[in-house]
Amino acid sequence: MFPSETSCWFIRKVIWWRAAASIAWSVLLLPPTTAVFVFLSKFSFLHPIQTISECLSLLMSSCLIFSFILLGGVVIMVGFLNLEYYTVIPTIACSKIALLGQLLHPRQVVNSLAHCLMGVIVGWCCAVTVGNRYETLGCPCKSSDGVPQMGLNEYHLVFLLAGAFVGFSHSLLGVIHNINYVSFHAVQQYKYLHFKGSLPLVLKCSAIQAFYSIRNFTVAYFFLGYIPKTWICKTLNLHLDSSVHRLDSITGFVDLSLLYHLWISATFLLFTWYITLLLFRIFVTEVYSFPVQPTFTEDSYQCLPRVLIDQQPMILKFLALQDLALLSKHSPSRRGEVFSLSQPGGHAHNWNTVSRACLTLLADLTQRLVAYHETVATNGRAKSLSSGSERKISSDTSFTSGTEDLFSPRPTFLTKTPTSVFARSFAGGPHSPLTAPFTPDLDSPFSSPTLRRLTGPVDQCSPWHGSVQSPHIMRRVPKLWSTSAESQVSSSPPRSPASVPSPKQESTKPSFLAQFLQNRKEQVKNFMAKRVLIMYLFNKLPEASSQALFADSQAHIWALEALSYLVQASFTEDQFGVVQTTLPSILSSMLHLQEAVDRHFKLPHASSKPVRSANSMEDFTYKTLRFALRATLKTAIYRITTTFGSHLNAVQMSAEHRKRLQQFLEFKE
Amino acid sequence: MCSLALFPPPLPPGQTTMCESNNELLSGANNSEARQDSGPLSLHFPRESLKLHSRTESSSKAAFLDHSETLWMRSAAAWRDGGFTGLLNEITTSHAEVPKWLSVTSGCILALLRWVSSFHGSLYPHVTLSSEDMIAEFSQVLNWSDCVVRAFAWHPHTDKFAVALLDDSIKIYNPKSAITPTLKHRLQRNVAAVQWKPLCASALAVACQNCLLVWNVDPCSLSTRPSSSCAQVLSHPGHSPVTSIAWSPSGSLLVSASPLDTSMTVWDVAAESCVPLQRVGGGGVTFLSWSPDGSHILASTPSALFRVWETRMWTCERWPCIKGRCQSGCWSPDGSRLLFTVQGEMVIYALTFSGSPGVPPGLVKGPQIAVVVADLSETTFNSPDGDIIVGGEIQSLSWDPRGERLAVLLKGDPEAANRPAIIAVFKTRANPVFELLPCGFVQGELGAEPRLLQFHPNFQHGALLTVCWSSGKITHIPFYFLSSDVSQVGLSGSPPLPHLQERPADFSNQSLFTELIS
Repeated sequence: MFPSETSCWFIRKVIWWRAAASIAWSVLLLPPTTAVFVFLSKFSFLHPIQTISECLSLLMSSCLIFSFILLGGVVIMVGFLNLEYYTVIPTIACSKIALLGQLLHPRQVVNSLAHCLMGVIVGWCCAVTVGNRYETLGCPCKSSDGVPQMGLNEYHLVFLLAGAFVGFSHSLLGVIHNINYVSFHAVQQYKYLHFKGSLPLVLKCSAIQAFYSIRNFTVAYFFLGYIPKTWICKTLNLHLDSSVHRLDSITGFVDLSLLYHLWISATFLLFTWYITLLLFRIFVTEVYSFPVQPTFTEDSYQCLPRVLIDQQPMILKFLALQDLALLSKHSPSRRGEVFSLSQPGGHAHNWNTVSRACLTLLADLTQRLVAYHETVATNGRAKSLSSGSERKISSDTSFTSGTEDLFSPRPTFLTKTPTSVFARSFAGGPHSPLTAPFTPDLDSPFSSPTLRRLTGPVDQCSPWHGSVQSPHIMRRVPKLWSTSAESQVSSSPPRSPASVPSPKQESTKPSFLAQFLQNRKEQVKNFMAKRVLIMYLFNKLPEASSQALFADSQAHIWALEALSYLVQASFTEDQFGVVQTTLPSILSSMLHLQEAVDRHFKLPHASSKPVRSANSMEDFTYKTLRFALRATLKTAIYRITTTFGSHLNAVQMSAEHRKRLQQFLEFKE
Repeated sequence: MCSLALFPPPLPPGQTTMCESNNELLSGANNSEARQDSGPLSLHFPRESLKLHSRTESSSKAAFLDHSETLWMRSAAAWRDGGFTGLLNEITTSHAEVPKWLSVTSGCILALLRWVSSFHGSLYPHVTLSSEDMIAEFSQVLNWSDCVVRAFAWHPHTDKFAVALLDDSIKIYNPKSAITPTLKHRLQRNVAAVQWKPLCASALAVACQNCLLVWNVDPCSLSTRPSSSCAQVLSHPGHSPVTSIAWSPSGSLLVSASPLDTSMTVWDVAAESCVPLQRVGGGGVTFLSWSPDGSHILASTPSALFRVWETRMWTCERWPCIKGRCQSGCWSPDGSRLLFTVQGEMVIYALTFSGSPGVPPGLVKGPQIAVVVADLSETTFNSPDGDIIVGGEIQSLSWDPRGERLAVLLKGDPEAANRPAIIAVFKTRANPVFELLPCGFVQGELGAEPRLLQFHPNFQHGALLTVCWSSGKITHIPFYFLSSDVSQVGLSGSPPLPHLQERPADFSNQSLFTELIS
């Protein structure tokens, strides 16, 4: 993943600079935050004047400047971790065990340890800043026989441990809540206004999460606090002061001042980190305007149609789609460029590339939904079939059912569509020699629009038109080559929502072995099903698979918006009629998707709304993407039908689609 | 500038306005019964037919609540119902049971809070109103609290409409089906506005007292009582009561406003996520109107200030008014012109926005000053039955979707008999200069006051004004005219009544066709 990303011009020229700017701003915001923290930690009701003078002198002290440098380093580190771990497609765990797998993934463990370490550093800075009894780890004390010796200052230790605990729990909660997921807002705002608007929420979230973290820490320290304490004492040769009462006792923790200082420090820690995260999100998701037509030929790799086909960095693809959606909505001059013809030759290259990229996305989602629906429909039956391809299906199906759908159906699906965006990126480039000869729908609307234009848009000859109606063709045709493609794909580590280490290699073994393994698996499954813990871990989380299926649907939403707005604008702006040639395929792919989405929403859990809480930095958008997609899809079809009205009757399409379209024309959907 | 003195005199009592044809308003005498039969969409909701809530929840609470609960239970209940102030109030009132220091402290905090809120209230007087009074104050409906029809909305693409009634139910009428679904929801109280989602057949947004509801009424469903699971509840802390809502014309976003919330909330309805856009000045947002091209939103505040938001990057221009708050406003169909009225003034202002949505927002040169386009100060018309005074403050404005007719609801004076609330209709002309020309007054039956008006979004023969009357009637008044962009020749003329002959657009087609043959 890394080499390909770093080689991309976009990451180098745009994303890094954006990340650097966001980190710079979060470092610049550190002094005011620290000043507020110092003031709050020193504040006393009885001596307000004294508090202010104390704060001012402290802010000037060398000790604070040193800790400030440390804090700056921590913020930069957090910023780098954000850049390294961010994703535009959330990772959705479909079961508890998958979540556990995510937590124990080496990458994640490194992340957690880094956060833990940074938490200790921030905890030390806080302890030094608050001063008084928290300041140093060692303190002079007298042993029982009156000899002065170096004793352990438990307050300081508590601060360090609290920092580590809060950092660690922040990182764990980050995985559970998908905090590294960067979502794109429907409402574009200037960065400053966006930041200003989100600031109260960040403050509230960090205060609340700090409260819960400190509560949990208190409980943990109460039971397990003696372990780090004795360890520190052993290694640093410090002594426990017996005259001072211990903190891991009931009386020790009923110390309101200590709890207040812990809470305010944890809030400070989380606030600075969340600010860094927020700034990173705001900067990265800022609209980037790609040129539609290159000014110079050597810049052609930067222009919008080229970027839309490239798959590799997802962020680039998302920003390109966002830009496309915005230009189709707001910018007549740039729309004109999309509709324009190439200068020598007069080909509508821009429109063809753009529409093909969008249609490929939609077709990909349609097939994914159909495949998922089949998996769910065949769940639990049709297990022993003769042909190799069919057995592949059944083993897949039973596998999914066996582990209660550990993975989303995507890996299965990916191999089926060589034209799909994702398959391409996994199978190593758009012209994979392995998959190209097996392309099942060479004359589908998406493969060669030029050819299609010659033959005319006759949908009946497109094989995947029929494939949706009859699942058997659908199942057989693309699966013929999928077994051979499987090994190729599964050898490369997939970066998909189901990036759990998977025992998928089994299914590529020769058939008798597969049969044997499958029987074993059945037995194991039956055995395991009786154990409660196993069931708890392996049980599928409701609606998670549905969420996983629509995890990257923001791209589809933009594709739908862009297509519908462009088609709407083409009614008046398209001088050469380039859009008219693709209108049938746009309509049919939208209607296919509509059908698949409708079917999907009839499944249990698909239409249940997620529970949301406002007090978290978690971005909930990914949980409701499927609803947003459904609404956008309907609006997109309506946008086309209201623009074209009865002219659509002249468009060639299948009878079923015409019937569906008629419903849209009559506003009965 | 147009003034009411140029208008033809109002009809004598007993006459009702029927339609506009051949450039003049036709009236009929007391044949409303016959007219009701002709139009299936003309409705009548007699006040007696509605089952009203006899008492509000807060008044019935005292009758049922058991007062022998423990302090803890009461405190919890007070916290749940009244929040922090409720809790403090409970502790202060039950001073016999709590320690003295606690009741004294809570009493002090309560007094402090009251002092602060009274200070806030002196800055923004509207915050002291109860939420029902606030909706009545800021609603576009004249005398909202007493109105049988509280909100009305045509579907933007088809011939159906939704009517919110005094009993908090919403009925949906469709001339093509016999089923009229009735929408009721526990949270659907004091409906201030309803609006259909554009580019969608089924979604209806409802502004309620405590939240926003988005109903999903399946047009093919045969059910007359859609269950409350068809409604999405959108609420945001501090964002109530909702007095105004506006869908974006592209159907993707919904904006809602509350006079108590300084931020205007932009909802992504399907995802149920919201983005509050906060601007502190003004003390709240009362009325929203999204321009038909989707590029601007008018947002008025309870104080003498309104804002015009630009919807690309969501920045706003501030427009301070001199006298009062902006009461109502409407956009021309191309979104380039905004007409608005200010409370306490009897004129209509116009603002012109030259920027197209494609130009980057920094380059758009906004208008510098608002121009007065019509003067609606009081004018006396002499009639045999006595003088009638027409004019005064304006309750609401409505511009037909072609930009040819502007209906203005004048408040009148409920005390004085000869100053009725009345609808004045203007013709509007954009070329060569923008001006309003007098068309006439629209009057209903004797004793019926207009309360609410709206134009049909796609009436083919001109404009169709729907008026809800104080008697509970809903009538539709067609204005037959040729749109100026269809044919420049018949600018001031109007086509014959459409049920006699076909549309003018068809004529031109036919003549072309015969030319082709010959």
